Amino acid sequence: MRAIITVVGKDTIGILSKVSTMCAEQGANIIDVTQTVMQDMFVMVMMVDISTMTADIGTLRDKMDIMAANANLKIHVMHEDIFNSMHKI
Amino acid sequence: MLNIKDIMETVEMIDKENLDVRTITMGISLLDCIDPDIDRACQKVYDKITTKAKDLVKVGCDIEREYGIPIVNKRISVTPIAMLAAACPNEDPVKFALTLEKAACAVGVNFLGGYSALVQKGFSAGDIALIKSIPQALAQTDHICSSVNIGSTKAGINLDACRMMGEIVKEAAELTKDRDCIGAAKLVVFCNAPEDNPFMAGAFHGVGEADCVINVGVSGPGVVASALHKAPDADIAQLADIIKKTAFKVTRMGQMVGTIASERLGVPFGIVDLSLAPTPAVGDSVAYILEEMGLEQCGCCGTTATLAMLNDAVKKGGVMASSRVGGLSGAFIPVSEDAGMIAAARSGALSLNKLEAMTAVCSVGLDMIVVPGDTTAEVISAMIADEAAIGMINTKTTAVRVIPAIGLQVGDELNFGGLLGSGPVMPISTLSPAKFIHRGGQIPAPIQALKN
Repeated sequence: MRAIITVVGKDTIGILSKVSTMCAEQGANIIDVTQTVMQDMFVMVMMVDISTMTADIGTLRDKMDIMAANANLKIHVMHEDIFNSMHKI
Repeated sequence: MLNIKDIMETVEMIDKENLDVRTITMGISLLDCIDPDIDRACQKVYDKITTKAKDLVKVGCDIEREYGIPIVNKRISVTPIAMLAAACPNEDPVKFALTLEKAACAVGVNFLGGYSALVQKGFSAGDIALIKSIPQALAQTDHICSSVNIGSTKAGINLDACRMMGEIVKEAAELTKDRDCIGAAKLVVFCNAPEDNPFMAGAFHGVGEADCVINVGVSGPGVVASALHKAPDADIAQLADIIKKTAFKVTRMGQMVGTIASERLGVPFGIVDLSLAPTPAVGDSVAYILEEMGLEQCGCCGTTATLAMLNDAVKKGGVMASSRVGGLSGAFIPVSEDAGMIAAARSGALSLNKLEAMTAVCSVGLDMIVVPGDTTAEVISAMIADEAAIGMINTKTTAVRVIPAIGLQVGDELNFGGLLGSGPVMPISTLSPAKFIHRGGQIPAPIQALKN
């Protein structure tokens, strides 16, 4: 089971580190990361394996939400199946 | 890996454009609860609903949390209660409504539909008693929705039922006049009612359906409007393509959620209703889509044409995304539930006449329209007959959900709150159709009915 994490916010030091640390703490294994900086906005898309997680995806989302609010970022954690169903025929 | 553009598009749809699964509705047959002893029948109804739907809300919330997609409503539709009332001729059917209310509260759904009767070709046992009890049933409950099918392409229009429903709509509003006449907002009068519709207030579980099914209604007017906004200079065929692609994506999500819900509940998957259902939230409006296509305001000339194209493109895009399509499937135009329609009705840009024309090309009918409180029952009956005629001749579903605002006049407003929204009282012709309505009888089935 895999999830997609998207992170959007003003580019500052340590965003990738914060998000990946949180994934590690929750036992989610990062499979792939794509990131770019458009003007001064940081945009990152991360695919993580959540089958190894100790808690459920909802808990990961809650933790990310708290972190996002503190760091002034927008973070979405969504199940991979949504994207597969919407964008693949 | 998935394309980053596709991923960001989906995130944006949910985050900014109000994409959601509008409803997961569990259809439950109550045919095995019929009993001549009304108390025993009520107990069976309560037991069946609370057994079948005990995990419905939990599963809905779990899917929401797991997949990160909002599922706004979890609801239930049941067999038309007139069929149960038929077995207990000397009892008050309101007892069934109170039982349904208790069951709806016990399982935590926000609406339960099916306090209904199907009388398109005449009244059978239980129908008249049930119809007469609708105003009381709606006044004494908060979660129960009612519908009556008074016509069909195959049967014609039951004019006696039209007459009765004009009176019932008024009475439902009267009995709830201290609560913004909410009773009438929970009552739909149909022609060609679909038996697998997951949307309220018109949902009921048809007799041809399985014992228990899961139906899903998707939505996403904001997503369509935003996609069109990105193509300001496209011609109309290109716009139709954009709508098809968007509807496809939205429907695929509904199909996925429905499949998961049916697996987890151990209940067969019924249908996906391919719909554009607005909410009063800004940005979640069907009217804005029409305006995005190039209308100064919804209601001006061109509204019917743009709506026809929208409705058709939504179906074309959605039908490939789902193996099981049904319900109402199309664009909804409930005035009080759509920020753009409310604005257009307030400014006078959108008239009742235009709305009637729009109902010939969209999925439902005159929906959530507030009329002056002194509108006569005959005028409402005739409005129902007009709308039913459009449905009957065009072989489509049409419906009337009007709210006579008791004690209010044109210019005043009713505020239902929540998804039902608010609406200004709209002017309506006061000329009398009383003689026509009181003729009674049956408008014969049209030639379109003879297809065999």
